[in-house]
Amino acid sequence: MIMFLIRRLCQAIMVMFVISVIGFTLQSGLGDPVRQLLGQAATDADIMALRQSLGLNDPLWLQYLHFAGNAMRLDFGNSYFFHEPALEVIARYLPATLELIVTSAVITLLLAAPMGVYCAIRPRSWLSKTLMGLSVVGISVPVFLTAMVLIQLFSIGIHVTLFPEGTGWGSWLNQALSTQGGMPAYGRGSPVHVWGVWSTNFASWRGWLYLLLPALSLAFVMLPLFVRLIRAEMLEVLESDYVRYARARGIRASRIYFLHALKNTLLPVITLGGVQIGTLAAYTLLTETVFQWPGAGLMFLDAIERADMPLIVAYLMVIGAIFVVINTLVDLLYRVLNPRITISGRPA
Amino acid sequence: MRANPMALLEVEHLDVRFPLRRGEIRAVRDLSFSLERGERLGIVGESGAGKSVLAFSLLKLLSRPGRIVAGKVRFEGRELTSLSERQFRRLRGNRLAMIFQDPLTTLNPVLTIGQQMIESLKAHRRLSTRRARIVAIDKLRQVQVSSPERRLEQYPHQLSGGLCQRVVIAIALLLEPDIIIADEPTTALDVTIQAEIITLLKRLCDEHDVGLIVISHDLGVIGQLTQRTLVMYAGRIVEQGPTREIINDAQHPYTQGLINALPQMTLPRQRLHQIPGSMPTLSEVPSGCAFNPRCAYRMTPEGLPRRDCIENVPQPVRSGECQVACHWVAELIAREPSEERAT
Repeated sequence: MIMFLIRRLCQAIMVMFVISVIGFTLQSGLGDPVRQLLGQAATDADIMALRQSLGLNDPLWLQYLHFAGNAMRLDFGNSYFFHEPALEVIARYLPATLELIVTSAVITLLLAAPMGVYCAIRPRSWLSKTLMGLSVVGISVPVFLTAMVLIQLFSIGIHVTLFPEGTGWGSWLNQALSTQGGMPAYGRGSPVHVWGVWSTNFASWRGWLYLLLPALSLAFVMLPLFVRLIRAEMLEVLESDYVRYARARGIRASRIYFLHALKNTLLPVITLGGVQIGTLAAYTLLTETVFQWPGAGLMFLDAIERADMPLIVAYLMVIGAIFVVINTLVDLLYRVLNPRITISGRPA
Repeated sequence: MRANPMALLEVEHLDVRFPLRRGEIRAVRDLSFSLERGERLGIVGESGAGKSVLAFSLLKLLSRPGRIVAGKVRFEGRELTSLSERQFRRLRGNRLAMIFQDPLTTLNPVLTIGQQMIESLKAHRRLSTRRARIVAIDKLRQVQVSSPERRLEQYPHQLSGGLCQRVVIAIALLLEPDIIIADEPTTALDVTIQAEIITLLKRLCDEHDVGLIVISHDLGVIGQLTQRTLVMYAGRIVEQGPTREIINDAQHPYTQGLINALPQMTLPRQRLHQIPGSMPTLSEVPSGCAFNPRCAYRMTPEGLPRRDCIENVPQPVRSGECQVACHWVAELIAREPSEERAT
């Protein structure tokens, strides 16, 4: 176990090294920070002086060492735009993104498990056929379209008039069918501050309301994939001896499906989940743009627009670190889910 | 073969079919037998004879699209084929327990032995987890599993095959069932473990007065474990009687073939006999006696194929203590009822 963590740490260092090289190349290869810092009116002498003081005249490898040394002290320099340390800026924006990702991951899991199981145990029912059909559509529809449809439906609202108004039932039905709108679709509202540092949408009803549409549209990215995966794995597991044996012991069907079978399907699901959470971080860029969700994704896009190099590099490093941590957690989860896997330092 | 009012389990004219697109497979055909309380019954036959299908149909656990088309299964006089899934669940594992072939794939790999034993108990009894643990440990002791407390915390992959099969037997005994159906209980184990498991099963069934149905292709296992034997061929019973009689004095040509195919330790080395041809697939069983294309006795003394063998399904006839479904045997009996028959 300790060996495993040490091995993981070495891998993490490798990954972070590669990312840092990429980040560094970006920083040194794109744009001229001196120009941006001093503006157009600076004299050549000023520019030379700043280049010297920033170390930009040093050979490239020395510059990288300098950069890496700073990065190790978690110092990525000041954001050009915010004029404060890049990491602090990210720390301010990241919670909003993480809340979004966690909520949509939870929604995905809560919906995908019962849907996948249902589609596997009733493969011929019209509902599972519908779900399977929808999942194909879901996989193909891009996240911004889902987001826009959700906004149209629940935020702007659709008014339905199927029946003449005025008659008792008709008007009631029209009322029921129309989506009056009113779901917030812009920004985070006013998140509640807890423990001084963390401003969260989890702590108030209003906050949840703001979170719901972005989280849903993000969840619909992963949901179809997971439903299909769980269904396929379940179909296989349901044919296994131990499921038949569990039935021969008179175990309740619900327990067989959701414990005996589902637990055996979770391994590939977790694997995919680990990868997908990373992808989610990428998709939040789109979701956050559509919903103007003030998270790290939106911040990143703005930083690119402003060529705010320290911020861009710091963001890349943070996302890289998150990837490494999540994959380590996934490997640890394997052990919990499948007792046949032992975690060791040896390469598999 | 009339209904026996004393029987624990009675199967009458059971017919199991698998309607497939390519045609219907009739896995069990017009099959009847009964089992007394505490009796140990063997079902023997080549693979593909429908033994396992028969076992699963008794528990209503046929895999799709198999279903019982006709016939009755009565347990303590109660008709089972018409029970709802919910009613049947209460019997499974509780009154009718089952032991599967491969203990390593039978137990769920991601749940501990304890979890699986305790859930079995809780599925049928209102018990606290602590109480259930005590019962589980007690049963593990009965099947001679060492340090049972530790086993409960272990996962199936941490146990050997023999140990797993003991656990499976302990689970079968957990709820003191009336019948245990064991489908090839020793096939996946090596020979020394086989002998232990056979002794154990025999002892436990006697102690608990459990009716045991053992399904095997291995006449050796059947011989050691059972009192009465059914020989199955292509979904039908071709011969049934006391196991001793079947092994020592088989009547049906197929049973004789099976016994001749056994290696004989006492005889000088020689080629093993084999039954010519192979068992028909269950979707294309020949007309008449299903065994007729492979049978050495289908010719009449005059040297012509016996018409009956090719055209009519043989009905069981009494021969000594056995029931044999064979036209040739029936003819012998009819011709020389008093004389000793050459086999």
